[in-house]
Amino acid sequence: MEPSSHAFKANAHRALGDANLQRAMTMMRTGFPEKRAQAIARLPEFDALRDEGIAIKNHVLAHLDFYLERFEQNVVANGGKVHWCRNAEEARQTVLGLCRALDAKTVTKGKSMIGEEIAVNDFLERNGITPVETDLGEYIVQIRHEPPSHIIAPAVHLVKEQVAESFRATHTDLPSDRVLEEPHVMTDEARGVLRQKFLAADVGITGANFLIAETGSSIIVTNEGNGDLTQLLPKAHIVLASLEKIVPTLEDATTLLRLLARSATGQEFSTYTTVSTGPRRVSDLDGPGEYHVVILDNGRSALLGGEFQDMLRCIRCAACLNHCPVYGAIGGHAYGWVYSGPMGAVLTPTLIGIEEAGNLPNASTFCGRCESVCPMRIPLPKMMRQWREREFSKRLSPATQRWGLALWAYAVQHPALYRRLSALAARVLGLFGKARGRFRSLPLAGGWTDMRDMPAPQGKSFMTLWAERQRKVGRAS
Amino acid sequence: MSEARAQIFGDIRARLGRGRVNEGARREAEERLAAHRRNLVPARAASLDHAGQVALFVAEAQAVDATIVRVASAADVPGAIADFLTRQNLPAQLVMTPDPKLDAIPWDTRPMLELRRGRAEDGDAAGITGAFAAIAETGTLMLISGAGTPTRNNFLPDTHIVVLRASEIVACYEDGWDRLRAAGPMPRTVNFITGPSRTGDIEQRLVLGAHGPRRLHIVLIDDAGG
Repeated sequence: MEPSSHAFKANAHRALGDANLQRAMTMMRTGFPEKRAQAIARLPEFDALRDEGIAIKNHVLAHLDFYLERFEQNVVANGGKVHWCRNAEEARQTVLGLCRALDAKTVTKGKSMIGEEIAVNDFLERNGITPVETDLGEYIVQIRHEPPSHIIAPAVHLVKEQVAESFRATHTDLPSDRVLEEPHVMTDEARGVLRQKFLAADVGITGANFLIAETGSSIIVTNEGNGDLTQLLPKAHIVLASLEKIVPTLEDATTLLRLLARSATGQEFSTYTTVSTGPRRVSDLDGPGEYHVVILDNGRSALLGGEFQDMLRCIRCAACLNHCPVYGAIGGHAYGWVYSGPMGAVLTPTLIGIEEAGNLPNASTFCGRCESVCPMRIPLPKMMRQWREREFSKRLSPATQRWGLALWAYAVQHPALYRRLSALAARVLGLFGKARGRFRSLPLAGGWTDMRDMPAPQGKSFMTLWAERQRKVGRAS
Repeated sequence: MSEARAQIFGDIRARLGRGRVNEGARREAEERLAAHRRNLVPARAASLDHAGQVALFVAEAQAVDATIVRVASAADVPGAIADFLTRQNLPAQLVMTPDPKLDAIPWDTRPMLELRRGRAEDGDAAGITGAFAAIAETGTLMLISGAGTPTRNNFLPDTHIVVLRASEIVACYEDGWDRLRAAGPMPRTVNFITGPSRTGDIEQRLVLGAHGPRRLHIVLIDDAGG
């Protein structure tokens, strides 16, 4: 996917004017947070589980090479294979090679963010292999030729009328006068279409929520069961995973699973949690004949030991997206690449560079809701600030902004000057604004006054009032 | 790709500022892998006696749209399934996994049930499976693949009927892992199933039966003596 993060401001502007998107986002903003809050209220141990989950992830990151090696040994011992890929291109070539070896014509896919990151669908298609997304939301965005806009709810930016329109345009062998008004009718239609794809596919590709070092297993969670039909029916199961998905034991994965669904959808547990270990056994009546795990680095190992290491704890629950006022206003596409919301604002610059993605860590008011709901307590606002600092020191931010910040920094480091300047500003603004009590426009503050009036100060700065008050109190006593 | 592998491991170690993990850290990690130490287990199910866990399982499974009927013995299972099919207005043809656990059930007492033993195919409207265990904490079934238990039977039929014994219900997932390790090597697939298939992908409106079963019906045999 060609990034458009550099055009974030224009993207966001367009998103704010998109009536369908705004209707869809209104539904999103209320639904997810309420369900999460209810689920957490039912589990008194939730915060203690967060701390344990963090400890597991931190331990893994400190011993990442050890657990990855053990994982590989156990995959091989169970008859599977691990493929190590440094970047997206290596991962794409690996997947294509595996598909070609099986003479694959069609591939079914469970939702995978790594699949999005390496843009595997376009690549397979260009090479004559048809990929079919099977998660309902992912299928909807695929037939609309759009990327997903949310890491767990890919079509959250659409209203049902848009889905109906796309189904009519795609499922042309169905009667054109059929009624497509209710989500359950459309779900049923997709079920029928995709069932045939499941049965015909040569290869099934899924992501992984966790990899288990102890057993060489991969775990996926879904609510639809699409990930299961994807991996179960074809000749081979290919798992796409990034290297930080590894955890030591089944018990460790269990702790993280207790956090995942509650944080994501507010469910106690996802409908299907599936642990896959190797290909089908000799005595098994079904299952894939081959099991491949493609492990992608793509810049993640470079985060170890640095200021963004904590981002590698992320379990992709999307709680930060669901609670972000910026994401809630503009949706995921405005972010211009695969990952959106607060986790995207931190992760995207590490993967495609701060030069392209510099707008994203700036698109935050630092309200802190993301960090407060993150099951892994990832300090997202702090890391966005770190990106801003890097952007500043690399001279990537606009000149006016850098000059402004430099002046402001000088002033705050000289308190006497700062007090004098702010008292002067308050007096001048107070004088000019006296008649109306507010400003419709102000030089250098168009970003503020475009959307609302600036209230006029009363004429004295806080520090001046405080000093006067202290003097009065001193006299009284 | 061995070059890629070498570089990835080299990069990881360089960023962590060390070579391979040292002997002490390796031993600790080995012990951790071998010990299967439990992390915090919520009190919700673990604090209950077994009868309480069975009741919790029932309540949690029903809360996620599974239906449950409790019967006194294996002899009551065919009747309970026949009644369920009649009530739901479903045909009496069923595919059943060739699971030895299901053999103890006197199926011929209900000749109206047409059972085919084997792997589910597309078009099988309803199927019967057993379960390896069930988790009270969240009303979750635990099924494993094997010679008598093909995984596709859990997903292809529109109606999935699970015959579960109360003695198979455990408090938490960790209890399930213990049972699994005791039963032998890791199976190809372990399915944790919590209610019937669902999606909320269109306007977040909950719809049951996205790709997997539309109905999940559990026939619970009270064999635990309490």
